[in-house]
Amino acid sequence: MSVTTFSSPALAQRQPNWIVRLFDYKPFLIVMCLAPAIGLLAVFLTYPLGLGVWLAFTDTTIGRRGIYVGFENFQYLLTDSLWWNAVFYSVVYTGIATFGKFALGFWLALLLNNHFPFKSVLRAIILLPWIVPTVLSALAFWWIYDPQFSIISYLLVDVLHWRDSNVDFLGSPWPARFSLIAANIWRGIPFVAISLLAGLQTISPSLYEAAMLDGASAWQRFRYITFPMMMPILAIVMTFSIIFTFTDFQLVYAITRGGPGNSTHLLATLAFQRGIAGGELGEGAAIAVSMIPFLVFATLFSYFGLARRKWQQGESND
Amino acid sequence: MTDTVAQQAVADAKAAPDTMAWDSGLRRLMMIYLPLGCFVLILLFPFYWMAITSFKPNAELMNYKAHNPFWISSPTLAHINHLLFNTAYPRWLWTTMLVAIGSTTLSLIASTLAAYAIERLRFRGSPYVGLGIYLAYLVPPSILFIPLATVVVQFGLFDSPLALILVYPTFLVPFCTWLLIGYFKSIPYELEECALVDGATRLQILRRITLPLAVPGLISAGIFSFTLSWNEFIYALAFIQSGANKTVPVAILTELVTGDVYQWGALMAGSLLGSLPVAIFYSLFVDYYVSSLTGAVKE
Repeated sequence: MSVTTFSSPALAQRQPNWIVRLFDYKPFLIVMCLAPAIGLLAVFLTYPLGLGVWLAFTDTTIGRRGIYVGFENFQYLLTDSLWWNAVFYSVVYTGIATFGKFALGFWLALLLNNHFPFKSVLRAIILLPWIVPTVLSALAFWWIYDPQFSIISYLLVDVLHWRDSNVDFLGSPWPARFSLIAANIWRGIPFVAISLLAGLQTISPSLYEAAMLDGASAWQRFRYITFPMMMPILAIVMTFSIIFTFTDFQLVYAITRGGPGNSTHLLATLAFQRGIAGGELGEGAAIAVSMIPFLVFATLFSYFGLARRKWQQGESND
Repeated sequence: MTDTVAQQAVADAKAAPDTMAWDSGLRRLMMIYLPLGCFVLILLFPFYWMAITSFKPNAELMNYKAHNPFWISSPTLAHINHLLFNTAYPRWLWTTMLVAIGSTTLSLIASTLAAYAIERLRFRGSPYVGLGIYLAYLVPPSILFIPLATVVVQFGLFDSPLALILVYPTFLVPFCTWLLIGYFKSIPYELEECALVDGATRLQILRRITLPLAVPGLISAGIFSFTLSWNEFIYALAFIQSGANKTVPVAILTELVTGDVYQWGALMAGSLLGSLPVAIFYSLFVDYYVSSLTGAVKE
């Protein structure tokens, strides 16, 4: 607007006008406004997504362009016990962690929905596990799960005398799997609790008053008012939670790196190990692509399964 | 609801004034404060443990019999000192800060414009563009990092923080756009119509009217993006190789975890220092975080 370098005053007047008018032309403005976001997403999200699917059908390694090999990578994965192991643990990890997060998170949200002093301070403190970088809190868990100096072992053995020996958290498959699930639940509770609390606060108190006048018990009020009213928000939060738990990478990579004996590999960590660390880009991409059907299924299931009530009632989607 | 409870309490108190008041107090304690206390204890314990480990001398770290592990008898700054002067930790912090600020700025600009176009410049198909951007948020980084690594190599950006600045918007833009669409929706359209009647151009309207009113939304989107890029791990792990260019989360895990005997003091001090910037940032803007978290879910 303040282009003053032109010598001719007529040109100086015409030039900005022309630009201003172009930027006020709606189709042009729409294109200009959408270009940065769509451009970034197209180059760094859509294109890689397609490229990933293509790579899964090639034998590309780091430093060598691959050729199309059809379903060879997937056929190999189906015979690979490590891949089956990762599928199994990914499903178990997602299932138990999601259940734990939602049970405990819902409980915490209901607790926070009461009136008590310092409520906002408490709410702020509770979100901390979610704010702090996951890898850094995972390191703290790694230290808490240390075979020799675990503080939990110290409590159980030396303070409470419930056990005679230290707990071997990460040394054998099943304890390691459950230790990781516990860390994941710990990290997920705040997000679930705070989102659900927002949902709880939108439920009108008059519904509870009406139910109490009709003589409904506390459980009935929860079952027939709180729970149905929370369904839409539960569906969305659960969809997100399932997607990001199933594709989790950081916790496992930081604490066990898939060990002991590859028993705690999730599909994402296995893809990293094969694709980036091992250099077999094609195979790694195939493992990553093999997550997509699970994600689509989980999304459809949690979204439509839980949100059904909402669109049955014919509410708008806002 | 409270009225009914109060009436009931009054009625009960008439029957047995002392025992009932004590009973409801105890009940409240058992049903609310006790579980809440347990939650807070468990959610905060890892941070306490992280903090206390970073200031413990090694002798105390490895000997629970002689020293109470829950407290420090002789606090030391040795671990933090080691971190700041014997490792590249300040460099890692600087890189992380640079990447977080760069990607946040980029995503804020891109998503403000996109949200404005979708919500205010309504055109045919604008809901579908919005839906497309929302779907992009559902694509997890774990699926993208392998092909993205080859894209980054093709662009000659491998091992450069610039790669992270360009890639992080893939998960920041969808989130920010949806947050800002929600904010723009709450601004009365009449204000813009008045400006249009007065002869303002669309860009003037965006700059002079819509953006100033959307400042809370911009702050929410900004601090949220900053936190998300500070915490990002998998892309930083896959795209950065040289020790000097690593971000804090990656560097602690790959550069500080060495040998068979882990330096727990230094590791925890590194985690503490790496968490502090986001924690401080968070404490300054708590309300924005909560509103953006819940706002994004509700949208």
